[in-house]
Amino acid sequence: MDPRYVLLLSAVLFSLGVVGVLLRRGAITILMCIELMLNAGNLAFVTFARQAGTAEAQVYVFFVMTLAAAEAAVGLAITIALFRLRESTDIDQIRLLKW
Amino acid sequence: MLSKIWLIPMLPLLGAAINGLVGPKLSKRAVGFVACGIVLLAFLLSATAVFELSGLPSEERHVTTEIGTWLPLGEVGAKAQNLEVSWGFTLDPLSSVMILIVTGVGFLIHVYATGYMAHEEGFSRFFTYLNLFLAMMLTLVLGSSLLVMFVGWEGVGLCSYLLIGFFYDRPFDERTGMSCADAGRKAFVVNRIGDFAFLIGVLYLATTFGTVEFRGITEGILAGGGSHALLVGVGLLLFLGACGKSAQIPLYVWLPDAMAGPTPVSALIHAATMVTAGVYMVTRMSGLYTAAPEAMAVVAAVGALTAIFAATMGIVATDIKKVLAYSTVSQLGYMFAGAGVGAFGAAIFHLMTHAFFKALLFLGAGSVIHGLDGEQDIRKMGGLKARMPVTYRTMWVATWAIAGIIPFAGFFSKDEILWGAFSSGNKVVWAVLLAGAGTTAFYMFRLLHLVFDGKERSHAHAHESPKSMTMPLQVLAVLSVVGGWIGIPAALTFGANLNFLGSWLEPSIVHAGREAAHEAHASLALEWGLMALALLVAGGGILLARSMYKDREGIAEAWARRFGPLYTMVRNYYWVDELYELVVLRPFYAACRVSRAFDVYVVDGLVNGARHVTIGTSHLSHANDRWIVDGLVNLVGAVVGASAALLRRLQTGVVQSYAAAMVFGIFVLLVLYSLAR
Repeated sequence: MDPRYVLLLSAVLFSLGVVGVLLRRGAITILMCIELMLNAGNLAFVTFARQAGTAEAQVYVFFVMTLAAAEAAVGLAITIALFRLRESTDIDQIRLLKW
Repeated sequence: MLSKIWLIPMLPLLGAAINGLVGPKLSKRAVGFVACGIVLLAFLLSATAVFELSGLPSEERHVTTEIGTWLPLGEVGAKAQNLEVSWGFTLDPLSSVMILIVTGVGFLIHVYATGYMAHEEGFSRFFTYLNLFLAMMLTLVLGSSLLVMFVGWEGVGLCSYLLIGFFYDRPFDERTGMSCADAGRKAFVVNRIGDFAFLIGVLYLATTFGTVEFRGITEGILAGGGSHALLVGVGLLLFLGACGKSAQIPLYVWLPDAMAGPTPVSALIHAATMVTAGVYMVTRMSGLYTAAPEAMAVVAAVGALTAIFAATMGIVATDIKKVLAYSTVSQLGYMFAGAGVGAFGAAIFHLMTHAFFKALLFLGAGSVIHGLDGEQDIRKMGGLKARMPVTYRTMWVATWAIAGIIPFAGFFSKDEILWGAFSSGNKVVWAVLLAGAGTTAFYMFRLLHLVFDGKERSHAHAHESPKSMTMPLQVLAVLSVVGGWIGIPAALTFGANLNFLGSWLEPSIVHAGREAAHEAHASLALEWGLMALALLVAGGGILLARSMYKDREGIAEAWARRFGPLYTMVRNYYWVDELYELVVLRPFYAACRVSRAFDVYVVDGLVNGARHVTIGTSHLSHANDRWIVDGLVNLVGAVVGASAALLRRLQTGVVQSYAAAMVFGIFVLLVLYSLAR
């Protein structure tokens, strides 16, 4: 199977994640889009590992999954705290850090 | 007692200190008692000292005591002599005569003043000055050196100034608009001119002879020290000082205005004592003057000129005190003329008799003024003979005395001066003085007739003065009669020497031997003739005054009209004050204005210019600081602030826009990365 298709899929997934992060309002959705971008990366790692026939890149994937789990934990915690404070997860309304 | 003569000037000084410090708290009675008592004490002390002095042989009659060093000047002059001036007081026949006059007449006038000043403000101040004056006058006559004399010389000038201006808030002269304070100032300033010359003369003597002691200087001159020109110059300088103090031409102008002072002051200072200081000084320096005949000739000429010049002004003056003031100037001229022709003894003799009768005249005038409530114009007086009998009688005696009629005191002293002038060959001086004698008799009897004879022209209720004032008058009247009897010339006593004063003064008077002595060759008949002539001239003056002023009004006015311009000139005192104003004061004031203008415009201009330059520069510096230095700093701040205002808009707080920027940046980096490959 031609790895370029897989890499193209990875790029499409990553781009979808980016667009989601930039455009969506809900904090949960944004977190999910971040997961998507991370996993697009994972897919690229796995593809290159398969093509090169080595295992190092696959190890990186585990690291990324660990990171993603931690990120999701922290991100969700913030979101919940935010919701308790504001009764909303709309990212547009969270703009205290400005001039 | 002779070693304690320094006590004589100290006593009045003590009196001045007492009255000056606690006088205002004492009663008038106590002030008068202290002032008079202390002067009486000084008089008794003087009399004792003089009595002791007379007990000594005549060549030892020169006692000096020193009570300490005053000026250790070190080496002085071209020859670098060691000059040390000490507070030395000398009693010799000359100073003994002076201290007796000063303390004796001074005491009488003090007593008189207690009555005269009884109703005036500043009673204790008056007696403080009066006592201080006596202290200074006694220092002057007792001083053993020129510098100690100069202390007294300046001191009496100061007291004169203080006492002339005693009524400092009262106007004095309507003609010139002068106040009493102005008169005092005038006296002081005119005296300064003479004092300055005097001091220069003293310093010349100090550097030439290395001493300022009278005795040392006289010995130096007798030993031939000092060039002739120097002696003449110093003689003239000292005489200029005497001109100031003794009111001689050209410095006499202050004395008529000195009449602004209370009348006892006029009597004591401006008639009897202070103004005679110049005569005393010239006599004291007889060694110098006889060695410089040219200076002596000047003294004689100025004296004779002043005698006649002032006498003419006495004729027309209408203020009773001014008549007496011009008379004083005139009589002082006689004394200088006497000293100038070498008759020093006669000068001192006349000084003494003059002190008696002129003090009496002034005190009498004061009594008249007192009785008429301050009226001084003799044209408004008259007929006071009956109302003021004691004053009239005593003034009558004094007038005969000053007119020089035998046997009153003035005759002997004036005649001795006239004889001195004639016998020493100064015929012109003699003629002028003789004319002056006639004038004197005329104006004095004019005064007497106008004040005491005729009908009353005053509306004030004239009354006789209190006893404290009439007593001194009576004592002085007696002295004005008998005072001359201690100097009766040999011609009148058929050869017997009864000229006690002359022989008493002889040791004090030094003849340096360069002037001629004619006296021995004069014949008795000539002397008699001259005496008769002098009496005749004086008698003529008396008769003329009697015919013009006694009971016959209108004649004097007719005469004044006949000599219109001449009368006007003399009536305005020859415009001498105006002349001085024009010749001295105007240029002086002009010079003052010029130097003031220089000060204001040039000196102040420079200072102010420097100020303006400084202020201008600081304005520039301020502008530079404000607009350029501060401007740059503010510009930097403004630029930073403006760009911050712009840039901070980027910080929107919208997280997604940050993320978008980040993504955009990564995209740009990737593009650049791929292009660079």
